[in-house]
Parts: sequence; C-alpha cells; structure tokens
Amino acid sequence: MRFLFKTDYEDDIKLFPHSGYVVTYGVLLGLLLIAPYVLSSYLMSQLVFVCIYATVGVALLILTGFTGQASLGHAAFLAIGAYTAAYLQKYNVPFPVYFLAAGVLTGIIGAMVGFPALRLTGIYLVIATISFALIVEEILARWESVTHGNEGMRVKTLSLLGVAVPRDSPTFYYLCLAVLVLTIVGTLNLLRSPTGRAFVAIRDSETAARSMGVNVALYKVKSFAISAAITGFAGVLFAHKLSFISPEMFTLQLSIEFIIVILIGGTFSLHGAVLGAIFIVMIDPFLTYLKDDMPGIIAGVAAAFGAGTATAGDIEAKVAAFASLNGLKGAIYGIIIVLFVLFEPLGLYGRWLKIKLFFQLFPLYKRATFKRQKIYVKSERNR
Amino acid sequence: MLDFVQQLVSGVALGCVYGLIALGFVLVYKATEVVNFAQGDLMMLGGFFAFTFIGMLGLNYWIGFAGAVAAMALFGMLAERVVVRPILGYPQFSIIMATIGLGYFLRSVAGMIWGTDDLKIETPFSQGVLRMGSLVLAYDKLSVIAATMILCALLWLFFNKTTLGTAMRASSENMLAAYYMGIPVKRVVSVVWAISAAVATCAGVLLAPITFIHSNVGLVLGLKAFPAAVLGGFGSIPGAVVGGVLIGVIESMAGFYLAEGWKDVAPYIVLLTVLLLKPEGLFGLHVRKKV
Repeated sequence: MRFLFKTDYEDDIKLFPHSGYVVTYGVLLGLLLIAPYVLSSYLMSQLVFVCIYATVGVALLILTGFTGQASLGHAAFLAIGAYTAAYLQKYNVPFPVYFLAAGVLTGIIGAMVGFPALRLTGIYLVIATISFALIVEEILARWESVTHGNEGMRVKTLSLLGVAVPRDSPTFYYLCLAVLVLTIVGTLNLLRSPTGRAFVAIRDSETAARSMGVNVALYKVKSFAISAAITGFAGVLFAHKLSFISPEMFTLQLSIEFIIVILIGGTFSLHGAVLGAIFIVMIDPFLTYLKDDMPGIIAGVAAAFGAGTATAGDIEAKVAAFASLNGLKGAIYGIIIVLFVLFEPLGLYGRWLKIKLFFQLFPLYKRATFKRQKIYVKSERNR
Repeated sequence: MLDFVQQLVSGVALGCVYGLIALGFVLVYKATEVVNFAQGDLMMLGGFFAFTFIGMLGLNYWIGFAGAVAAMALFGMLAERVVVRPILGYPQFSIIMATIGLGYFLRSVAGMIWGTDDLKIETPFSQGVLRMGSLVLAYDKLSVIAATMILCALLWLFFNKTTLGTAMRASSENMLAAYYMGIPVKRVVSVVWAISAAVATCAGVLLAPITFIHSNVGLVLGLKAFPAAVLGGFGSIPGAVVGGVLIGVIESMAGFYLAEGWKDVAPYIVLLTVLLLKPEGLFGLHVRKKV
C-alpha cells in the first residue's frame, strides 16, 4: 500500500496524486487512440456514443452529484444543443462557431432554468425540470419554421476546417474523445477551484454554505449554466452522430437514461459518468447478443445434463420465445436500476473502490467502511 | 357558454382522475416522505387486474372491482417490502430512482402479460348520459367525480380522525420518535402502501371507460398527476384533488380555446409559474429550516 505524504496545499489538489495515475491514464489514453484501428466499426460507433453519454454524464454530475440539484430535464439541453447546430448549419456557419454557439445558448437557457430553480428543492425541483423538458419538447415539435416540427431535421456531414468528417470516421471519434477528455479535465479543474468547493458546500448543507459566505443563488445558477452548456456541446456531437434529429428523440426517457448513467456509474466521482455511460451504451448490444445466443446455449446446457434432443429443442424454442417478448428490455432495465439502488448505491466506481481497498488492506477489510448512514430522525421537509 | 360548461365538466372529470392518482402520491409522501414515481404504473396494473377479473373471468363489475382493489393492496405491500423498505432512511434521490426502476419493470411486465392493445372494461356507467337542459354529462365522467369526492373525504377523515391515521402522520414527521412512542412504523408504512395502491386501482378502474387501459397509461397520466400533486403542495390531501382538478380544467380549456399543442404544455406552464411564486405549492406548509 502506498502512503501519500502531503506537505503542501499544492499536493492536496494535484490532478495526478502520484506517478501511478499518470501511467494508468496514459495507457488508457493510448488504448483509446489506437481503438479505431483495432475495433470493428460497430463497436467504434458504440464507443462514440459512450463518449457523448459520458460527456452528458459529467455535466449531470456537476449539477446533481456535486451541487446536489437533481435534474430530469437534461434531454432538453441536449436537444437545444443539437437543434442549434442543425439550424446554424443550414446557413453554412462553420463548425467551431456553431459548436460554441450551441454551448453558449444552452448555457444561457440553463441559467434561465436555474433562476426559478433557486427556491425549489428535492421533489419540486425534479418536477420543475421535467416540466421544462416537456415544454421544450413541445416547442421543438411546434416551432416548424426553425425545427421542422415532427418531420425532424437532417444534419449535414460535419466539416472541420474544410475537411469533411463523416460520422463513422476515426476523426469524428477523436473529436468526441477530445471533447470528453477536455470536459473531464475542465471539470476536475473546476471542482478543485473555489467554485467547485462552493458547489460541494451547497450540496452538503445549504445553510452551512450560506453562513460561510457562499452566495448560494449565484453558485446554483452557475452550476445549472455550466452543466447545461456542456450538455449543449454534447448535443452538437449527438446531432452529427445521428445525422437526423426529431423531437421524439429527446423525451423524458432520455433524461432518465442520463440519470441512470450517473446512478449506475456512481454519483460521487467523475469516473462514475464514464463507467455508467459504458454500461448504458453497451447494455443494448449485450442484450441483443443474449437474445440471439442464449436459447442455443441454454439448450446446449440442457442437452449436456441429459435432456433428449427433442426436449432440448423444445427448451430452445421456449427460451427464444421468451427472449423475443416485447418489452423484456424495459423489464431488465427496471430490475437493473432497482438492484443498483438497493445493493450498489455507490455505483460501479464504488464497487471498484471496494475491490481496490479489499486488496490494499487484504486481511483487514471491513464491509462497514462503505456503509451508508440511515437517517430516520429528520423529515426532509424540515431539513 | 354551454361549450364552456361542457369543457369545465369534462376538465373536472379528467382532473379528478389526476387527483386520484395524485392522492396516491400524497398518501405515500405524507406517511413516509417517499416520492413514488411508480404510482401511475400501480394504477395501470390495477386497471389490468380489474380487466382480468371482469373482462376475462366474467365476474360482476363490483366484485371484480373489489377483487382488483384487494389484490392491488397486497401488491402494494409487496412492492413496499421488496423495493422501498431496504432504502428507507436514505436520501430521496435513491428512492426516486428505485421507484422509477419499479415503474419500468411494471410497464414492461404488464405489456408482456396483457399485450399492447387498448383494453376496455364494461362498466355500469359506460353508456348513458345525464341531460340537464341542453347540457349533456356522461355517466362515466360523473362517476369519476363522485368517486373522487368520496375517496378524498374518506381519506381525509382517516388521516385526521383515526388512530392509525394519526400514527401515519406521526411517523412522517419523525420516524424514530414515532417508533419510540410505540408506533409500529414498519407496519404503518406497509399499510400506507396498500392504501395508496388501492386508491390507484380505483383510479385505474374508473378511468377504464374514458381512456382505456394500456401498459403506458400509467406513465402518461402519472406525468400529469405529478404536477397536480406538486401544484396542491405535496403532502396535502385536499391539495392533491384541487391541484388535479386545476390541471384537468386548464388542460381541457387549453385544448378547446387555444391552438393545437397548448393542451399538453399549458399545465406545465401553469405549474412552473405557481412554483415560481409559491415554491411549496398552493396548500403546502411553509416550514422554516432548522439548523
């Protein structure tokens, strides 16, 4: 086990606490850079989605994880970013300009949502953000002169400095990866700055933060604006990746998916956004794979345990029928969410930390280290 | 004028349905401070249960209704035991997510069992209208209004006049203190879930002639019932019904007098405005923060 001796404030806020981090993340970045030459085009496409979802996840973490303001309206911010890009592109605005414009516009709208949200907490805030998202969805469907309504909008191929970047090219992947990495580094810097400290203070106790001189209103609005702006950037990439956008892509379902990203990944660290994004994006191909291959495998196992060929075939057909039931995916989704809340509240990153600690402290690991505190005393209303 | 009254009545009827679902939210919230995002789905499931008893097994409407309510009350207790009890006492966010997950699960399973078609229950009120002058009121809508009034009154009496109701309010204020006072908090919570599932079932069955039952009905109506509960101030029983009626009336008025598209957004615009001016809802308690 490594012990870090911090002798200086600078030691405490280092991005890489020790050389091990540099090596690990360097290797990871190297692997990600050579990925387009190794992985199949389908997996590459999924990897692009991982980058986009992770970017939104980081944005949501700033707001929900670090400032403690729940939002079920991030699909709306994504939509605003995507539509800004698609609209400006019609007038031949170059990519860097509309990329920034989308972020700035979404950030401003985020701040505007943040103002009414100042007085709301808990469930009221959740409902307010849902309402906002539903209103945006309806505006996208009705404001036909700009958004083409339910017909949707076609997004042209991205052109960066005069070079066309098709949505399945390695360059597009590098672009998404760059946005993700910059977002993460930027967020890490933000979180170790006074602003980030203020966010965390507000999350832990608004009253305490206020009495320490934190301008709660200002920082809440800032958090909303920053989170929305990052989501807007992700929206531009999302639009280009899909090459076609319509209002029904940005529903409450998508907002819930983003919340699930950080919930499954873990809400206390930026690692969570990335792990959660990988989980959410990869679960689809995984379930498809199970659906296609599971019946054969189960029948094979049944045959190995001495079932006759006829019975095995029967089992295969039954499992296949079950696997192709409509809505099985939704049920699995639901079960996964419930199981994570019940048994892995710290998410995938929390599990990783537990495993790491287990080996670091080998015979001395205690399960209680990560136990959450239950509070029965105070009611949320009086908190 | 006649149009206006007609719209008003149908808005009130629709609003009562929202109010009934919102009542379920409020009950659970009042007793346990848990926000149950799966309430709409409990309603949907109740509707399907009633359809199974009445439409498929051919039972009498009232027996089927009672059977569905009883079955759903048990189901509510089961859901509480499995999903909610282990995470009581944790931050609200976890519980919201758990109930969202439960909702996903219920919707998909209901879709698998009962299919994705719209189902209809034959009720004694399905046909027939009440004529008052030139005003025409359908029985199915009137039945919803009447049932909401009755249920609301019963629940209000229950919460304010009975020992069990008082125990529920006590455990919502402070679970630990209620436990020390000899209130079996776990059992209380379980009963609350049973009641709220039963109320949801009533909503589902009464709704069946108006909107039909399908596996997504809970999500659609739940999303409208939520603003209703919030508008009334989460945690207030009359508030839930008033909020529901307001949302219903606003929706049907906007659908009739305003351009297309306003119908779906108007309730949310009103909700946001109200929250801006009165963050704790119309009937919510304003509580000072203690440090």
